[in-house]
Amino acid sequence: MKNVIGRNIPEYINGIGKVEPFLGAWEKLKKGWMDEITVPPPNKAKLPHQCKSCMDLRMAIEKTNPHDGMTVSFHHHLRSGDNILVMTIDILAQMGIKNITLASSSLNNSHDSILKYLKDGTITKIWTSGLRGELGKAVSEGVLDVPVTIHSHGGRVRAIHTGKIQIDLAVIAASAADEEGNATGAHGKSAFGSMGYARIDSRYAKQVIIVTDNMVEYPCTPTSIQQHYVDYVVKVDSIGDASKIASGTTRITKSPMDLRIAKLAADVIENSGMFTEGFSFQVGAGGASLAVAKFIREKMKKNGVKGSFLLGGVTSYGVDMLNEGLFRAIFDVQSFDAAVSSSILKNRNNIEISSGYYANPYNCGCMTNKLDIVVLGALEIDIDFNVNVITGADGIIRGASGGHSDTASGANLTVVVCPSFRGRIPIIKKRVHTIVTPGETVDVLVTERGICVNPKKPELEESLIKAGLKIKKIEDLQKEVEGITGVEKPIEFTDKIVGIVEYRDGTIIDVIKQVKNAN
Amino acid sequence: MQIVKKAQAGSFESSDIMVLVEPSEKSGRYIEINSSVDIQFGEQIKHAINRKLDELQVVDIHLIAKDKGALNLTICARVETAVKRAAGVQKGFIS
Repeated sequence: MKNVIGRNIPEYINGIGKVEPFLGAWEKLKKGWMDEITVPPPNKAKLPHQCKSCMDLRMAIEKTNPHDGMTVSFHHHLRSGDNILVMTIDILAQMGIKNITLASSSLNNSHDSILKYLKDGTITKIWTSGLRGELGKAVSEGVLDVPVTIHSHGGRVRAIHTGKIQIDLAVIAASAADEEGNATGAHGKSAFGSMGYARIDSRYAKQVIIVTDNMVEYPCTPTSIQQHYVDYVVKVDSIGDASKIASGTTRITKSPMDLRIAKLAADVIENSGMFTEGFSFQVGAGGASLAVAKFIREKMKKNGVKGSFLLGGVTSYGVDMLNEGLFRAIFDVQSFDAAVSSSILKNRNNIEISSGYYANPYNCGCMTNKLDIVVLGALEIDIDFNVNVITGADGIIRGASGGHSDTASGANLTVVVCPSFRGRIPIIKKRVHTIVTPGETVDVLVTERGICVNPKKPELEESLIKAGLKIKKIEDLQKEVEGITGVEKPIEFTDKIVGIVEYRDGTIIDVIKQVKNAN
Repeated sequence: MQIVKKAQAGSFESSDIMVLVEPSEKSGRYIEINSSVDIQFGEQIKHAINRKLDELQVVDIHLIAKDKGALNLTICARVETAVKRAAGVQKGFIS
């Protein structure tokens, strides 16, 4: 069957079940309540002064009744410095556990070494926001029989509390914790800032283990994870490589192309009608998107405009804007550099939030719903403004859904910034390979070669033209770019589905096919 | 144009191509292409190189190209420069 944006979606997938096709960005949410039930979280009990500390991670895992077919979850706040996921899966594999469903909030290059467990049947299913490196390549080549499910950050929370992901064991890394399991990422030698993605795991997992390399005296504050959800606490030598977790401060790109795109995007924002007193703002941490913050910061100072809150993945650049009084608060679901961890600890207006509060569509209003402006990147965008942030030019999975579709759906003004082509590969296409964010939630595309406004927003186009900005039709820009690069020979795929892309409401927006003749 | 010595043009940067040329041991064109966009543009890169060699009337050549997604006009410019250097028509250097 075809979903509402014309993608072929099977009605049933082995190992996944019945598939609900994507209906439109807000269709399922319109009536104001959801038919799916919220599954009850487990009931547990401990006796007074019962000890939760375990000698090592293996002993803690043994106590949690590991079994074939179990679901194990992790957070990705340690980014590419993470040691804990691999350490845990190694232990489970040594115990001979098979058919594991891996439900990490995301996966990256630091997890490449678990590839052997995908091959030998230890891990047979994966839920994740992102997939890269060797894992992304192997999955794209069909290493698993059951397709990987790609979810958004908000969608993951929904998937857990509606019981689509039923976590047997959550192993939660923390840079500081106490003997009862109160834990945080805000301080310690491996500090990584917000623990926003792990909050839902601690609430819904049947068993919760806190792993830290920094046991502090009771009580550990702030209590990002709270003791009454924690079964066991383990001290290890190192939860990760601090230099890869969060280092120093984020620098703005020096690439002339990215800066040109960012400058144009800032001009678009300034003249969109949304750049007004009290506006809320989110930017991605990547090249051109973060550079937009630099120009917006200048424009805010010049025009005397002050915003209300910054949201999202937070960089030191956001912290600087908070400290300058340009915004009143930061809501921080994920921290990108070391300066943010200390800000969470010291500044009460730098507020750590859970991913449910951040972006879950199934509640009474997540923060992304309150966004005025978001600036996002893209691996590909098409003439219907659909965005791909998951598969590369060769069809291989090498990206992450993240908060892309969540924020695009929530913001009043969604700006996508990207070069029109990259290393001869057009970024603007007639049709993106994989849709993660539907075009109806994207308002304007800014490239170095021109600005394109979604025809659904004629009043926006009008105000940008009035401000003297040159607007091109996206179809014309696509043809212009193709004229420069030449027409690509299409990538070939087999019929096997290796991944499904869940929209934030749990419907399926697209599927990813196995690549043919991969090198 | 006659290739009389080794020469090169271009770089290994993204969106550029490194072209190395030398006299071929046998008569004819020996072209080796390695490209980051081989699947999408392999044929077009080969075609662009051959067309430029036709234009420069190069019959015998050993050409090695390492492409990082250069546009056709970049490919043509790099091939032309490498060939002219190798033919002693245009000055340049091998670093």
